[in-house]
Amino acid sequence: MAADTARGARKAGRYALLIALAVVVLFPIYAVVLQALKTGPDSLDHPRSLLPVDLTLSTIRAAWDQGDLGRLLLNSMFVSIVVTIGVVITSLLAAYAFAFLQFPFKGPLFVAFLATMLVPTEVTVVINERTADSLGWINSYQGLIVPSLASTFGVFLVRQVFLQLPGELREAAALDGVGHLRFLWEVAAPLSRPTLGALGLFTFLGTWNAYLWPSQVIRGDRAHETIQIGLERLKNSDISKINLVTGGLVVAALPIFIMLVLFQRQLVRGLTAGAVKG
Amino acid sequence: MDCVAQVRLEHISKTFGDGADAVLAVDDVTLDIEHHEFMILLGPSGCGKSTLLRMVAGLEDPSAGDVFIADRRVNDIEPKQRDVAMVFQSYALYPHKTVAANIEFPLKVRGVGKAQRATEARAAAEVLGLEQQLKRKPGQLSGGQRQRVALARAIVRNPAVFLMDEPLSNLDAKLRGDTRAELVDLHRRLDSTFIYVTHDQIEAMTMGTRVAVLNNGRLQQVGTPQDVYDRPATAFVAQFIGTPPMNLLPPGMLGTDDVQVGIRPEHLRLVPGGQLHATVKQVEHLGHEILLVADANGAKVVARLDPSEFVPEVGDPVAFDADPGRLHRFSTTTGERVS
Amino acid sequence: MNRRLRDVPWAIAMLLPSLALVAVWTVYPLMRAIQKGHFRCDVTGKKCTDQGWSRYVDVFQSDEFQHALGVSIKLMLLTVPTGLVLGVGLAVLADKHLRGIGIFRTIFSSTIATSVAVASLVWFVLLQPQIGVLADMFSDWFPVLKNPGLLNDAGTALLAVALSSIWANLGFTFIIVTAALQSVPRDLYESAFVDGAGSMRRFTNVTIPMIAPTLLFVGVVLTTRALQTYGEIALLTGGGPNPQKPTTTIPYLIYGRNSIISTDIGTKSAAAVLLFLLSLVLALVQFRGLEKRVHYGS
Repeated sequence: MAADTARGARKAGRYALLIALAVVVLFPIYAVVLQALKTGPDSLDHPRSLLPVDLTLSTIRAAWDQGDLGRLLLNSMFVSIVVTIGVVITSLLAAYAFAFLQFPFKGPLFVAFLATMLVPTEVTVVINERTADSLGWINSYQGLIVPSLASTFGVFLVRQVFLQLPGELREAAALDGVGHLRFLWEVAAPLSRPTLGALGLFTFLGTWNAYLWPSQVIRGDRAHETIQIGLERLKNSDISKINLVTGGLVVAALPIFIMLVLFQRQLVRGLTAGAVKG
Repeated sequence: MDCVAQVRLEHISKTFGDGADAVLAVDDVTLDIEHHEFMILLGPSGCGKSTLLRMVAGLEDPSAGDVFIADRRVNDIEPKQRDVAMVFQSYALYPHKTVAANIEFPLKVRGVGKAQRATEARAAAEVLGLEQQLKRKPGQLSGGQRQRVALARAIVRNPAVFLMDEPLSNLDAKLRGDTRAELVDLHRRLDSTFIYVTHDQIEAMTMGTRVAVLNNGRLQQVGTPQDVYDRPATAFVAQFIGTPPMNLLPPGMLGTDDVQVGIRPEHLRLVPGGQLHATVKQVEHLGHEILLVADANGAKVVARLDPSEFVPEVGDPVAFDADPGRLHRFSTTTGERVS
Repeated sequence: MNRRLRDVPWAIAMLLPSLALVAVWTVYPLMRAIQKGHFRCDVTGKKCTDQGWSRYVDVFQSDEFQHALGVSIKLMLLTVPTGLVLGVGLAVLADKHLRGIGIFRTIFSSTIATSVAVASLVWFVLLQPQIGVLADMFSDWFPVLKNPGLLNDAGTALLAVALSSIWANLGFTFIIVTAALQSVPRDLYESAFVDGAGSMRRFTNVTIPMIAPTLLFVGVVLTTRALQTYGEIALLTGGGPNPQKPTTTIPYLIYGRNSIISTDIGTKSAAAVLLFLLSLVLALVQFRGLEKRVHYGS
């Protein structure tokens, strides 16, 4: 009996600790979302502002109009979708070559290709900005999209999966006269769907959330601005309208939260694949 | 159909790797396979039989020698243009496609129309009794059914040559027996040449019109199953074919002088005063027969006895005799048959 | 065609998109930056003179770079150990079969959904002296929250940036460490339990060695992220408060809107290359450790 009580107390203690930590982790999101759901003056009235009462969509609506968020959401959506599709295609093609084709210097080429994973965006933006400038790609979708269309990590990830497919599948296909593109499209890609899903999800998130490169290649052109960059303008507006930032945050983060809830498993798979890559 | 060899291998060699690591997998093999033969490539694992088959398919390039299919040299011809179909040990079915789609796929690649594809796939499925499985995926099938799908996928192409790489090795013993009979039946119904790789001598004996025995990349003997059993060309063939294997006695026993002598267990008779003296080490009762394992001066001797005969016990001294006509003589140096 | 080379045209066609993109947008800018880094430019950025490799030494020793290096390293030290300990702590705490544990796991993973911009602005709002909830709640204990505000005080600005970063990276660390914990074979714990090891002992003798490679991987990622901190600075402090600039990290020195080298492509390139070398060296050092641990583990 005593042991049972002790175990029960330990369990209760653990729950208390879990709840306390959950509150701490969630609090910033909770506070900001709540603030976004209140009118301006009311949000200054603590602690009443921390209770879910007097809710309204007016702040979000105001942020939407003021920040032209509909347009920015569409921009982000368009850029992220195109980059995601592009990365999946370029990764599939290059991974296929590295996994199934015979050609000279395959090994060294692959190693050199992988090595470029070590070069962070923070290093290349200096020059890429000038390249984009000379191509006339400042303030354009091309500028946002094209530099991100290839992913070394994607090639690596997909090649790993291709190498795990039974070699006899490719041989059986070769005997049946199946060409490379058809094998890639009808056999290799469908059999790699979970990995492609994880790669797609990651690419989408990465593109949606990107900050440095969009902030350099888009210079105040709302027609092409992504939502992440647009948030900054809301922040820099009048201090009396600072509340609008919270509305913008909700609009910018909501699509990603929904996606992650829907694709939690792919996310974990992608992250752990990343952890294994070292 | 003229009677040219359907598949001809001329002085084929295959080396894997290079330099000091080079391995000679196939060593100067020459073999003619006639139209509508059921040729078995038989040998222990690593003997080069699968490599030989893959060179016929075009999945490996020979290091030396020529491959001919229907009198056409195919060394530089792509696999798909060789008019061959292959059934793999793992079956190599596309896991995400239905059985019907798997069978149709080779036709689809060749640009056959949808309706015709479906008809031909259905016909192939009927040959193998797969009509009920057409809508399923390979993962939902038993091993035997998967094996039939792989066969159907090969049949649907109507190739001149069927290549099979140990297609039964993933089946359980009972299913293997049934499938052997079906393959023989299939071969009879189709106007195609079969080349079949196996390490299982029972498959070789029961299905093949001829058997080519390989060891260490070298062709040991080619002949009908009975031929290979009755007159093994080398000591290796003698011991590889037959269960339990042929007894191989060192020179000096059973009245021989300078050659090894082989005698099958069923040809040894227990005769008081026989010339081969031995001590019984083990008696195995198998029901329909009894295997007597004995030691003759350090040489292991196995004899097959009828259960109705007198059976000695472990430790008993025994003497065997054999009909001289049943003896096989092999050179002690080359292992080749003498006379 | 020679069958040995028949794949070559296909290989070229299939590799071309990836190789061309990586060549133009990763390899070329790196090479070009290395070369541009030799140049010193005047304020207009138009007139540059080639000073050779010694320019890298000059840039490295310059006051601005040294200052930014110090800020970046401070930020790294503030975020990486704390982030690791918190992430591992949460993961271990949630690695139990309790009712409703899935909800806690989702909550602890949730910050993965925030981008740099979103996470930074969440904290910007919370810490805003006029309307920030946190500034309001805790101003009695920490007057700095109201005047001049955590982000506006030279002594606390970097701390606030670190707070935002740690929170934003928590979800990532939690998810990876949780996956690693779940891959530890249960029978290892059971045998340790049978051997009479207490829960603390099981943690240090079983858990930590088994997840060591993952911890080092997370450490490398967090370190790299800390060194590459740009968006947080741009949105939270703008490198300030001035004149001390206690939050001007190396990336912000290079890319910041009001950075003093913003027009000097030569110095920017040199600083970028130095940043690359720094992250490379740190990653290599950590992966050397990783290799040893993996070897030790097996």
